Amino acid sequence: MIDDSKPIFRQIAEMVENDIVDGRLAEEAQVPSTNEFAAFHRINPATAAKGVNRLVDDGILYKRRGIGMFVATGARAVLLGRRREDFYEQFVRPLAREARKLGIDGGQLAEMLARERGGQEQEGNAMNQKEGAL
Amino acid sequence: MSIQIVRVDKVTKTYRELTALDGVSLVLEQDKIYGLLGRNGAGKTTLMSIMTAQGFATGGEVRVFGENPYENEKVLSRICFIRESQKYPDDFNAGHAFKSAALFYRNWDNALARQLAEDFQLPMKRRIKKLSRGQLSAVGVIIGLASRAELTFFDEPYLGLDAVARQLFYDRLLADYAEFPRTVVLSSHLIDEVANMLEHVIVIDKGRIILDDDAENIRGSAVVLAGRREAVESFAAGRPVLHREQIGALVSLTLDGALSPAERREAQDLGLDLGPVSLQQLVIRKTLDVGAAPGSGITPAPDPTAPSSTRTGASR
Repeated sequence: MIDDSKPIFRQIAEMVENDIVDGRLAEEAQVPSTNEFAAFHRINPATAAKGVNRLVDDGILYKRRGIGMFVATGARAVLLGRRREDFYEQFVRPLAREARKLGIDGGQLAEMLARERGGQEQEGNAMNQKEGAL
Repeated sequence: MSIQIVRVDKVTKTYRELTALDGVSLVLEQDKIYGLLGRNGAGKTTLMSIMTAQGFATGGEVRVFGENPYENEKVLSRICFIRESQKYPDDFNAGHAFKSAALFYRNWDNALARQLAEDFQLPMKRRIKKLSRGQLSAVGVIIGLASRAELTFFDEPYLGLDAVARQLFYDRLLADYAEFPRTVVLSSHLIDEVANMLEHVIVIDKGRIILDDDAENIRGSAVVLAGRREAVESFAAGRPVLHREQIGALVSLTLDGALSPAERREAQDLGLDLGPVSLQQLVIRKTLDVGAAPGSGITPAPDPTAPSSTRTGASR
């Protein structure tokens, strides 16, 4: 939801980006209108429009006159690329900082990550088997 | 896009000894929602009265829709001013008030007024004198919304309205504004409730404007920094400080000015916690600390051993 940490138009743009990355908004799907964003998040419509227009300028969304805004083809790949670039700053650095604070060394951290990934893969395998059974 | 609706130029208002407005200049642009914020007695109502020609300025000039608003029917019919304590004739009920408003405001939407009256569960036939404080506020809110005036002022319109009714007002204001854009000035103490609706914020304190900026520029323009005293002080050295709090060896500072990503990283590497400052907190910091002597009892006394540069904000 909207918070005070940064401009609202950026938060709106990031929410739409998130929905595209997660696949909740498919490419060529229509995104809500600025007035719908404004009413839903209880924000100024001009601010909502600024957030959406930023994504249009960025090529993530495009406008169809008189119809609305749509997710551009290829938008997800562009966003994924950017997110991967930001991943180190956003997630790895804070993780390493907290680990240092707690006295968790590099080897232990690597072991934890391997364990987490292993768990995920097992879950993934289990799901695949289920799907196979169906 | 940015057509000027109101222009206030060096307006002063004095009542005998008291200076209510002290050289106020501002511009209101078309189709924006403004927040006019400040403490009681800061001059908000006086300023709105002058912009709506319900009060006279002692000095300076006011232009509304490019003209002098005083006794100017052409201008006044485009303005709606909902006062906190609006008076109605003794024998009026809400229905009478709406009928009068319909005669005066050319964009009046009667269907909207009826719908809102139903939403606010306003008794239409009871005399306004007999209404509760919240119902009286609802009458004003409904007139303010249904008039669809090009320039609408709401002066603390929520007195007596409960949280549900206030949310109803905010939602209807946003919805109707989205459909029929107009210039709205909202004066409020409940800053957290209205902050996200505002496009532009004007803060008035002791008759002077101390902040006049887009809400989006203000958001993130201050930051709370907390951590061990030495680390906080060394990071904050030379930056304007709006507020400080201290508990034991821990210090929390509200810094005026946004931090760059590199500065945020630096602060985090020093083990400092960073937090956002809401518009309400910022207004409190700016209107409390301006002119308040350090250690006046309102804010915790600053550490006398702290570098003086970190206190510049408090003495501004």
